[in-house]
Parts: sequence; structure tokens; C-alpha cells
Amino acid sequence: MSSESLITIKDNTFRLDGRTLWSKLNLTVRPGEFVAVLGPNGAGKTTLLHGLLGLHQLAKGTVSVQGRAPKRGGGGIGYVPQQKTFDRDAPIRGRDLVALGLDGHKLGFAPRNKAHALRVDEVIREVGAAGYADQPIGLLSGGEQQRLRIAQSLLSKPKLLFCDEPLSSLDLKSQQSVSRLIDEYRKKTGAAVLFVTHDINPILDMVDRVLYLANGKWAIGTPDEVLTTESLSKLYGTPVDVVKVRGRILVVNAGEAVHHHVRTVHEGAQNA
Amino acid sequence: MPDLMFYLSQPFAQHALLAAAIVALICGIIGPFVIMRGMAFAVHGTSELAFTGASAGLLVGNPLAGALVGTVLFASIIGVLGVKERERDSAIGVMLAFGLGVGVLLLSFYHGFASQATNILFGNIFGVSDGQLLFLVIMGLVAFLVLAVMYRPLLFASVDPEVAEARGVSVKLVGIVFLIVLAFAVTEAAQIVGTLLVLSLAITPAAAALRLSSRPLSVILLSVAFALIASVGGLVMSLASGDIKPSVFITFISFGIYILVRLVTRRN
Repeated sequence: MSSESLITIKDNTFRLDGRTLWSKLNLTVRPGEFVAVLGPNGAGKTTLLHGLLGLHQLAKGTVSVQGRAPKRGGGGIGYVPQQKTFDRDAPIRGRDLVALGLDGHKLGFAPRNKAHALRVDEVIREVGAAGYADQPIGLLSGGEQQRLRIAQSLLSKPKLLFCDEPLSSLDLKSQQSVSRLIDEYRKKTGAAVLFVTHDINPILDMVDRVLYLANGKWAIGTPDEVLTTESLSKLYGTPVDVVKVRGRILVVNAGEAVHHHVRTVHEGAQNA
Repeated sequence: MPDLMFYLSQPFAQHALLAAAIVALICGIIGPFVIMRGMAFAVHGTSELAFTGASAGLLVGNPLAGALVGTVLFASIIGVLGVKERERDSAIGVMLAFGLGVGVLLLSFYHGFASQATNILFGNIFGVSDGQLLFLVIMGLVAFLVLAVMYRPLLFASVDPEVAEARGVSVKLVGIVFLIVLAFAVTEAAQIVGTLLVLSLAITPAAAALRLSSRPLSVILLSVAFALIASVGGLVMSLASGDIKPSVFITFISFGIYILVRLVTRRN
């Protein structure tokens, strides 16, 4: 396994509940790369991310993350999980949530640590959340919560950033600003980004490569290589049309609705 | 008030006040976590099982130990069984109903003082012996130490379980340990307010505190303060009143604080 790659997956097969999510998967992610993980619901996008985080076991010897087998809490990875809004009365401010990313896993009370507090301030400013970081997190908008989640994931200056549908349930403007935030961090630090999404359009101009999971099969390559009528029809095993409209990509199920989740990925009407 | 001053100089009342303060401290700390984790029903279920355990304990002459066994057993079972909130709640409902039935059965075998049964349900802190007091103090200290040590992972796992897990916190283990601490707290609280009224110390003060602050530590401190006012204040008022149980005043004060806080924060 090459030492310069941050993620190396070789001939990995994963089954869940008797279903093969992917077989003989090969993927190498190098520093500075932005890789989008696409595919219908249930294709295993989140499962792959969790496996790389060490939250469940992937076949031994076939996966290495930063030169080691994935290990839960191994560090060095910033993680933005699938968005779940916070309870309105959650007794925690944006700043507290961010700070938990630094030392929330440690036992004992946190001694007042000036360096920590400064780093938390710094990262909150970086993501432009200084204006509302002191408010209860449950009262913030989805976009604001997401910026704070990204701040939390950037605290330890990770070389790898895993984002799981970070744009879902955000409005178009927040989608743009949040994805730009992630891209800027990548460009500034040379970190690699693994970005799970069902809609590639908001990040189309940032993505280097696409990993498309569907039907237990996978395809990898640049967006132009993977997001074609031919390659996706092969993946889904049914005719699928890939249409480009004003620089946006739409995946349309042209067949007899074998896969109801192969739906229009993006509505042209939103294209402002 | 000469009566009250006299009572307060008596060891039995001083013991009771000490026990009430410890209970308030522990309940005040766990309360906000109980609400954050959506576990009010688990508290209720655990306290009903304290009734079952205490009834069993009564037959062998030690209701306090019985209550502790009952709550810890119950907490361990729901900790292992129910991972998801909904599964957990139905599992609690099933065991709560059965546990109460067993408790009533056990009580029908008991032919001692009838007041013992009401003491289990509504508390009897003034009857606490030196040995039991020591037991309560030790249990309270253990609960406090465990909470202090796991404060950050517990907070992390309660508000942000996905990231906590990825950062190496065993969310499941934290959940189980918290349930055991909860069992300790409920057992303690049941001695003061009785198994039926545990929520008045384990939920109400925290619910009021949550309306006043959104800083984790301030919420905990406020919740402890409210629980202390209710439990110590309730004991003192009970002494002054002569024959009304402390649990009555404790629930009243605790509810009064909650209503007051709601009124003050109404605009939100």
C-alpha cells in the first residue's frame, strides 16, 4: 500500500444481512482529493464511511486509513455525520458542541484550557459561525448547525474529512456556502474529502472523482467518466438516462421503474 | 417555632437532612441527562422496580438493599435490551407492569406494620437508621464519582452520539453505566420521596433548569440547586408541620419552582 495514499481499499467485499453492498472494491484516495460517494438509498454509502471510521469491521487486510487498519476513535479524521437536528431545549450552545469534538471523549472534567478555548474560537471564526456560536444549538437553523458541525470536525486539523449528506435539508444558499467551506479547507490544508451525497450538483465543480455504489456494484472515475448514460445503466442493470442541463447533471430512470430510488437527482426549477 | 429548632438539633433530623442533600445532589446532576436522553420513562420504571425490590427486601428485613437490587437489575436489563428509544420504552413498560404485580404479591406475604408499605411508596426518611444512612452516603458518593469521571463522554454521547462513537466513545457502555448510576439515584431518592414520587427530584428540577440556561454546566448547577431547595426545604417544612410527610412538601416546592420558572421565561 502506497504510503502517500490516505485511504487504500483493495479487493474489499462487504455483505450486510445477506446482501452484497459491494464486491472487490478498489479505491485509493490521495491528499487533496475530493471524492464524492454517490448512489441510491441503501447502496452502502454510509456503511462504507462507517467502516473507514472503524465503527464496524471491514475484511481484514484489505483496508488501510492513514497507513493503519481503521480503528474507532483512531483520530486524524474529521467527521460530519448525517444531519439530525438538535432538540430545541438541548442544554448546549454551538460552542459547547464544537468543543466536545476536541476532548468530549476524555474522562473527567475538562480543566479550563486556554489553548483549547482559543482553538475553538479560531475554528468557529473560520466557518463564519462567530455570530451565533453562543446561542443554544437547538434554536439555530439547519445551515447554522451544519457550519458548527463542520467547525467541530475541523478542530483537530484532520488530514481526512468524512461528510455524510452534509447538505441534505439545507436551502440552496446554505448548500453552496457549506460545501465551499469544506472545499476551502481541502485546498488550504491538502486534506482529502470523502463526501457522501445523493445529489452531486452542489459540489460538481469541486469533485475530482466519483465513487458510485448501486446494486452491489460500483464504478469509479471522474464525474465525466462515471456519470454517463452508459456507465450508470450498466450499474443499475436497467436503462438510466444521464442528462446535462446548464452544467447540472440529472439522473433519470428511463426504465420501467425497477428502482424507484433512481429519481431525478436535481430539479431544474431550482437552478437559479 | 421552638419545635422545629428542637427537631433540628436531633440526630434523626440531621441524618435525614444529610441524606436529603446527597439525594438532591445526585438527582440534580442526572436530571438534565435524563431529559437530554429522553429517559423520563426509564426513571419512572426504575422507581417502580425499587418498589418491587423494597417489598422483597421487607420480607427479609432490609427494604433499602432490596430496592437497590431491584433498580440495578432493572437498569441492567433495559441497558442490555433496548438500544433504540422506542424499543427501550416498550421494554420498560412491559417490565414495569409485571414488576408492580410482583411487588403487590410480595407485599401480601408481609404481615408486619402496614405503614411499611406506604413508606416504600411515599418515603420515610426520618426512620433511617445509622447503618442505612452510611449506605446512602456511600452510594451517593459512588454515583457522584462515576458521574464526575464520565461527565464529558456522557454529555458527548447524549447530545451527539454519532460523532461521539466515531471519536472513540462507547456510546452503548456509557448508556449502561448511566442506567446503573440512575438506579443508584432512584434508590436514594425513593428513601426520601418514596418510589412513586422520584420524578419530583429526578426530572422537575432539571426541567426548570433547562428553561433558564443552555450551558451544560450551568444547567446542572441550577438543577442541583433546585433539587436541594426542594428536598431540604421539604424536610424542614415537614418537621415544622408535625405530621405531613416530607414528600408532600418536596413535590410541592419542586413543582412550584418549575411553575415560577415557566412564568418568568414565558416569552420564549
